[in-house]
Amino acid sequence: MTERPFAITLDVGTSLANRTGAWRTERPVYVDRMPPCNDACPAGENAQAWLALAEEGRYQEAWRQVVEDNPFPAVMGRVCYHPCQRACNRATLDETVGIHAVERFLGDEAIRAGWPLPGPASATGRRVLVVGAGPAGLSAAYHLRRAGHEVVVMDGSATPGGMLRHGIPRYRLPRPVLDAEVERLLATGVELRPATTVTDLRATMAEGGFDAAFVAVGASLAANAYVPAGDSARVLDALSLLAATEAGDPPALGRRVAVYGGGDTAVDAARTARRLGATEPLIVYRRTRERMPAHEEEVEAAEAEGVRLRWLSTIARAERGSVTVEEMALDDTGFPRPTGRTQRLGADTVVLALGERADLSLFDGLDGVRTGDGVVRAGHDGSTGAPGVFAGGDVVEGERTVTNAVGRGKAGARAIDAWLGGPSPERPPRPGLAVAERLNTWYYADAPASVEQRLTAARRASGFDEVVRGLDESTALYEARRCLSCGNCFECDNCYGVCPDNAVVKLGTGSRYRIDYDYCKGCGLCARECPCGAIDMVPEPI
Amino acid sequence: MLQQVEGSQAVAEAVAACRPRVVCAYPITPQTHIVEALGRMVRSGALAPCRFLNVESEFAAMSVAIGASATGARVYTATASQGLLFMAEAVYNAGGLGLPVVMTLADRAVGAPINIWNDHSDAMAVRDAGWVQLFASSNQEAVDQHVLAFRLAEELSVPVMVCMDGFVLTHATEAVSVPDPSDVDAFLPPFRPRQVLDPADPMSIGAMVGPEAFTEVRYLAHLRMLAALDRVPALAAELGERVGRPVPALVAPYRLQGADVALVAMGSVLGTIADAVDALRDAGHRVGALGVTTFRPFPAAAVRDALGAVPSVVVVDRAFSPGFGGVLATDVAMALAGADVPVASVVAGLGGRPVTEASLRRLAERALDGSLEALSFLDLDRPAVEAALAADGSARPTGPTAESVLRHRGARSRRPPGSPGTPAGPTSTEVAS
Amino acid sequence: MTQQAPVKYYQVGSFAVGNRLLPSELRTVQSDPARANSLTSGHRACQGCGEALAARYVLDAAMRATDGRLVAVNATGCLEVFTTPYPETSWRLPWLHSLFGNAPAVAAGVAAALETAGRGDVRVVAQAGDGGTVDIGMGCLSGMFERGDDVLFVCYDNQAYMNTGVQRSGATPPAARTATTEAIGPSPGNPFGQGKDVPAIAMAHRIPYVATATVADLHDLERKVERAMAWHGARYLHVLAPCPLGWGSEPADTVRVARLAHESGLFPVYEAVQGEVTDVLPVRRKVRVEEYLRLQRRFRHLFDETGAVREPETVAALQRMADQAVRRVGSGRTTHRTTYEESR
Repeated sequence: MTERPFAITLDVGTSLANRTGAWRTERPVYVDRMPPCNDACPAGENAQAWLALAEEGRYQEAWRQVVEDNPFPAVMGRVCYHPCQRACNRATLDETVGIHAVERFLGDEAIRAGWPLPGPASATGRRVLVVGAGPAGLSAAYHLRRAGHEVVVMDGSATPGGMLRHGIPRYRLPRPVLDAEVERLLATGVELRPATTVTDLRATMAEGGFDAAFVAVGASLAANAYVPAGDSARVLDALSLLAATEAGDPPALGRRVAVYGGGDTAVDAARTARRLGATEPLIVYRRTRERMPAHEEEVEAAEAEGVRLRWLSTIARAERGSVTVEEMALDDTGFPRPTGRTQRLGADTVVLALGERADLSLFDGLDGVRTGDGVVRAGHDGSTGAPGVFAGGDVVEGERTVTNAVGRGKAGARAIDAWLGGPSPERPPRPGLAVAERLNTWYYADAPASVEQRLTAARRASGFDEVVRGLDESTALYEARRCLSCGNCFECDNCYGVCPDNAVVKLGTGSRYRIDYDYCKGCGLCARECPCGAIDMVPEPI
Repeated sequence: MLQQVEGSQAVAEAVAACRPRVVCAYPITPQTHIVEALGRMVRSGALAPCRFLNVESEFAAMSVAIGASATGARVYTATASQGLLFMAEAVYNAGGLGLPVVMTLADRAVGAPINIWNDHSDAMAVRDAGWVQLFASSNQEAVDQHVLAFRLAEELSVPVMVCMDGFVLTHATEAVSVPDPSDVDAFLPPFRPRQVLDPADPMSIGAMVGPEAFTEVRYLAHLRMLAALDRVPALAAELGERVGRPVPALVAPYRLQGADVALVAMGSVLGTIADAVDALRDAGHRVGALGVTTFRPFPAAAVRDALGAVPSVVVVDRAFSPGFGGVLATDVAMALAGADVPVASVVAGLGGRPVTEASLRRLAERALDGSLEALSFLDLDRPAVEAALAADGSARPTGPTAESVLRHRGARSRRPPGSPGTPAGPTSTEVAS
Repeated sequence: MTQQAPVKYYQVGSFAVGNRLLPSELRTVQSDPARANSLTSGHRACQGCGEALAARYVLDAAMRATDGRLVAVNATGCLEVFTTPYPETSWRLPWLHSLFGNAPAVAAGVAAALETAGRGDVRVVAQAGDGGTVDIGMGCLSGMFERGDDVLFVCYDNQAYMNTGVQRSGATPPAARTATTEAIGPSPGNPFGQGKDVPAIAMAHRIPYVATATVADLHDLERKVERAMAWHGARYLHVLAPCPLGWGSEPADTVRVARLAHESGLFPVYEAVQGEVTDVLPVRRKVRVEEYLRLQRRFRHLFDETGAVREPETVAALQRMADQAVRRVGSGRTTHRTTYEESR
């Protein structure tokens, strides 16, 4: 080309010499906020991370992300009451993401495909005793084993699983699923000693050469509850009913069964009774339905199966073939007060489901252990005050759920590992919550939640087949893709696209973006149009 | 080959021989015959692949030309009068961008009052637009100047306007030799643009330039214009040799040898002036003439050289700056600055008023006898003016400012050749009765 | 693994700029790390400039559609001034600026030159603001339309003369404050009943393709550019490009305001082929005009300090305008958006 005219004709792209970043008073900064699902998960799962992998069809990687925190995806996908979903921001758009259903899908895929759990790190030569093969104990065993310790799990029962096996009915958790996940866990090198009841912890530790112990004996005793009953009245506790049913020796209940209590165990008992032939199981609860501790979906499932509910009632007395219930009324503080009005109802059996308590005898004589309110007062990391003795699960205070137990098992394992000289379990400061107000939801496509198929009521009443059917792959994939990725960049390219100054650099799949502060004028469009709220505008340092 | 042909047709054929790729025009009298003829040629396929765009205004015509030229096409358009003023913004833009557009200006008076006849007020309105302005005194000159114009424009990256008198030339049928296309091809190489919109070599054309470089942009444009003062004679000589006839360059002297008075003018009036000069010479008066062919850039040196020995100069302008005087006269006076030669400005032939040989002779005679005023209007209808002034009731033919201006000019021009100056009286009068 | 069922639904569907789950050909041009960046960094547009954004969106899409064989012509205005002050230009494609009112004609000349050079493969886009389009450029634009010059003309409509300090144009909406329609007197702001609908004027020329778009829906905008480039002849694209300076909106709200203009009905987004509306972009979430107006200081006189409506008649009149605009173009479902319902 010949020489260009002076000044009026310019070489392309030369404005790069003009660093407009100097205009800026605020700068965009990429952040990772705490997604509400992760925040709510007692097991500390990074649900958002594994959903992100799942939505790309990378199921095995997604599963590996799950088992970073929880070795029982197939179990938890079924029995967890998914607090993650109650926290899910998608509810502000349409319905929450079916996180549990995706987890279950991943868990089932893993069982089907035989994906192994990650094996142990190099051996530390340390030995850890775990007492109790329930979710807390097995979770602790898993994480301890991963850290390279030798782990022995002792349990008084002949079969492992604790409440998973003896407390949760098969229609919620088929035993092949439980067996598969427990076996897979043991395959990492965890030694299980079933039918081994520990009575003297220090002696067992000394005898076995254990450097530390994690006690997770659970809460398997029925709470003491007194219901005046005639001699011939048939009264059972719910845990016994569930355990006997699991053992293949269910008690005869009769046609009319009254279950007394409002928790999940009461519901399990009523639903189990229905399957054992009770045509009219009745749950009697002293407060209102809204105040019932049992999870709503469980209550709904029970009703669908023919379980009836009676609110604001206590069982005043049990007789042969009947119970006398007294109506209650809530006072100003919401506490139920007796009204004196009673009614007699037919009941062949009364099942008491008024709570469970832990057997704390193992801690007797251990220096430094504090107990109270029927639980061990342990630190959040499970430390009991007795050197080398940690506790978790239902034996310590806290929500008595499988998920919480798994989380406490992990926390205990980390604390034990640190106590044994492993890396300190220090965590980075918890980032701020990715609240719904930070999202720009316009970008998310409308997508109602998938519905898991359920067994028909008729088939439910006739046996212990699993009620909730899982999602097939396409539905699970769809459900994973409903995740909003709250507070964490999912590489939608919005910031890269909406910058009027081309000041966002795209670093390639998986590597996210970088702000080019040479040109960024600080307009804030990237932050405003970020669907998931992963960009903060912060004042420029003066 | 000489043929009897209308000026517009001849110009159209000359333009066609230059193989334009884009022709765009909006109709305005008296330019229409040129673009109609070109339109026919494009339609017939004779000019393929040339496109003819019927645009919605002169502003659009010049704008299309700008776009096409910046994309490397040889472009041509034509206009006149109001049309030129309507496109004025784009005329300046083409000049500023240095785009080698060639445009015929069929010179016509500018209204109001609306007038379709010839004078040079349209061309004068855009003399500072950064265009080369060539003035044809005959259709043969116009034809040759168009061929020269494309070569000059493309060599220097400057737009060129060929000014030919409306009707007098555009509509006159006379013997003209249109250059043979092969001669034109030999003279005019393919357009190699200095800047072009091309995805293979992108650039930004038309930047905003601030105080830090605007003067330099203009100065460089000035230098390119000055280069035309060298290139026009060279190209005229080259083309003249090829077509076998002289092609006008900067100025055209006529019988200036030993002249006491020189009549200076542009355009077709030079023919009448030549007749007047011949008659005056025959009568023993030493009168000559100088045609200015290249008006922008102004050939000051050539003018000075041609008029160097002439003691009295009369500039016949077919346009003027109201409140001052003739435009060409001003330029000639500046070219002669320091030569101590009086320059009289005569405004003539406005809006198509015929400039007769007789009037020109009388004008020359007054210049010879020293009675010519500094500024005068040829063949002014004095009774009509007097009547209008009287009817107005508040006659103000010469306000204080105009008076002083004219006194100043008169102080230089009323001196008889060779004698000391005398103060001039305030006057704005006609030469002939 | 079970038989892979086709799942066409994606997290952000086709609303975000990109989507790592979509095949790259279904993502926007803007998501492409190798996008042309026809308008590059270092330009002097204000923070959050809608026009800078729109111009890059349009030209990058046109660059992809033409495989980089594109020439741009620019009218005088903000876009010209902020991109090419000597000695720097932000453009990376062949670009020509001539005058304020002649971009359509200049582009026609460029197209004619390309055609006669046998370079019909190189395409021409002309761009101007609303002043250069609906006002001073209207004559040349109409000429370009009726002649059918092979040019895509793009108007970046920010509804006033921003470059000269926010004066009213023929595209300024009623009630809007500008420097020449101050919010004072008995009927503050721009009068009702004025202004012109250039997309409708374009349609009246029966040119092959006319469309409106905003900077808030990139997929829609890019698709329209692509469609426009598939035609030859005169085509017109009218893009709403908010101006934080002139509208008094937050720079960060540029996209949001454009989105609300559409969702309130005040700016219908549609396309027309051969003079007939063929497609209307559905509003996903209909909003009242107040939601749009409230974000802009040019409408501040309609509200009191608490944000409550102070001029209910004026707001109601604007709402009627919005409703009428929706009725006029219809709210027919779009034919191109991949919706959840269609894909599952």
